Amino acid sequence: MKSSIISAFVAVALAGSFLACDKSSKEIKVGGVAPATGEAATFGASTKNGMDMALAEWNAKGGVLTKPVKMSFADDKGDPAEAATVWTKLIEQDKVCAVIGTVMSKCSLAGAPISQNSKIPMIATSSTNPKVTLVGDYIFRVCFIDPFQGTVGAKFAFDELKAKKAACLFDVGNDYTKGLSEFFKAKFTALGGEVVGYEGHATGTTDFKAQLTKLLATKPDVLYVSDYYNDVALIAKQARELGFKGPMLGGDGWDSPKLTEVGGAAVEGCFFTNHYSQEDTSPVVVEFVKNYKAKYNAVPDALAALGYDATNMMLDAIQRAGSTDGDKIKDAMAKADYKGVTGQVKFDGDRNPVKSAVIIEIKGGKQVYKTTVNP
Amino acid sequence: MGSIFSAQQIVNGLQLGAIYALIALGYTMVYGIVRLINFAHGDFFMVGAYAAYGAFYLFNFFLPAGGAMAFIVLILAMAGGAAIALLSNQFAYKPLRYKPRLSSLVTAIGVSMLLEYTFSAMPFIGPSPRGFPELLAKKMFHIGSAEVSNYVMIDLLVAAALMIGLTFLIQRTPMGKAMRAVSQDKDAAKLMGIDVEKVIAFTFAIGGSFAGAAGLLAGLTYPRIQPYMGILPGLKAFIAAVLGGIGNVPGAVLGAFIMGLAETFATAYNSLLGEGIAFVILIVVLLLRPNGILGEKTADKI
Repeated sequence: MKSSIISAFVAVALAGSFLACDKSSKEIKVGGVAPATGEAATFGASTKNGMDMALAEWNAKGGVLTKPVKMSFADDKGDPAEAATVWTKLIEQDKVCAVIGTVMSKCSLAGAPISQNSKIPMIATSSTNPKVTLVGDYIFRVCFIDPFQGTVGAKFAFDELKAKKAACLFDVGNDYTKGLSEFFKAKFTALGGEVVGYEGHATGTTDFKAQLTKLLATKPDVLYVSDYYNDVALIAKQARELGFKGPMLGGDGWDSPKLTEVGGAAVEGCFFTNHYSQEDTSPVVVEFVKNYKAKYNAVPDALAALGYDATNMMLDAIQRAGSTDGDKIKDAMAKADYKGVTGQVKFDGDRNPVKSAVIIEIKGGKQVYKTTVNP
Repeated sequence: MGSIFSAQQIVNGLQLGAIYALIALGYTMVYGIVRLINFAHGDFFMVGAYAAYGAFYLFNFFLPAGGAMAFIVLILAMAGGAAIALLSNQFAYKPLRYKPRLSSLVTAIGVSMLLEYTFSAMPFIGPSPRGFPELLAKKMFHIGSAEVSNYVMIDLLVAAALMIGLTFLIQRTPMGKAMRAVSQDKDAAKLMGIDVEKVIAFTFAIGGSFAGAAGLLAGLTYPRIQPYMGILPGLKAFIAAVLGGIGNVPGAVLGAFIMGLAETFATAYNSLLGEGIAFVILIVVLLLRPNGILGEKTADKI
């Protein structure tokens, strides 16, 4: 009895896998990964919107290699363990020929070795930690990397904000926030400034007062907070409660409507480095913002723009490769020279794009474009 | 060293301790009465925070944020915590009352997960963190070298008021007398005509309402709530209760403030120590004084 049930399951499973094979010849299957839930949920939602929009545009133009493109989307929940699971599922079960994603560096770092071993190219959307693409030659990314973001932040703090003393607060359990703070510290010190405080906090904590009290006792001119928006809002509020009046500065992890929603007046007059600004007047950006608004009735944030660019670049690479073979897609991708919403993308030897960054100021509860910084 | 033991850090530690104290009281009371370590207690705290969140947006249609609003929200957060505690007792713990104690303990872990996952599965709550509204305008006061906000004072005052109320309840009312009796000897209390199940339900309700109040205070102080927010504070409050002597009411409060201060000082000394200090304290207490600071084998436990 038992064995007949098992063989029935095996038969169904086999039939299912034959179906999948059969289908894959009629369509191009790519995988999409983003944190649709969890601590970076708004990042995931925006990224997925961007991916879906690029996909719909390609399909409206007749698909890739004259076949329709289908995306298997998976939620990594912002958890590296979950990312590894969904990566394996996409490659082994859904048989995708490329993976687009994901948002958080720690999750991309979990997925990258799986992509590399199965020779399925991936392009990370907003994972800025340098280690991600160093995993191997099948791993690309569409965003700039932490050294650049931390460096730009430090330059801006020193040159524009005229800060002489800075303090850093970051999440010790997160490669992204640690990386940003490290590079900020290195550049700020190199410019002649002084980093008077450098403190980490545990992941998931809501009480930052002990660290902030210690940092603020050193009287910094500027506070560099390289966390994600959820933590930034709490940190900003608690820093203001402890009497800090100066500006706070951060990276692209700040880019969420939730930041001002929760942070309110506490984040007013603060700055962060980002991939693009919706106020940019270049035609590519204007067109993208217009279409996105029409489709989702919301202003696209940088995450959406990166999801859009990453998907476009991957599909473009498949088109140019003329095949769904991982090796050929990888070679086509390495030669990309793509004019995207987030700037002109060309890869360096480590498959990192060489592109510009913008500085955004929070003014009246809104994100206002301040300046563009070139590498 | 100045910034580690500064006045400001003491204020930070007391504020954290007040929230731990309210949670620890529920742990210690329930343990005192039914000898159950209710691991779902941290989740009652989470339920209280969401009850407060819901209450605010419900009443905000016709009532602006302010003192009256804060009071209503506090009552409803406490009611939410009490309701979930009563339900857990009725459906999960009561049927296992005279079964081996391990069954209740495992059930408590089950109730905890049930609450966490149910809340994150409900579409109008969801797993993503939410910002908590500001019920009262924030005001800052300079006291000596420390910045003290009105929120710190509210945290401490609400915690103190509830603790004094609880002490009065236990020491001076017939119900309190019944609670003390049940904690000493359930069977003897039953023979004396005390409705033991009613006393147990009442204890759960009080413990739950305190956790609910703590949920509101935590939401105000650290304005981000999510379905898993109760796990760590619950664990730390449990350690606080063990530190003070589990089953002992003043002990739980003392333990909670020691925990809050220790965590703040440890974090200020080295940010990585803070999260671990609670567990170090637990190990040291279990090794040196397993009954806790105020706990004695023969003392009345409630």
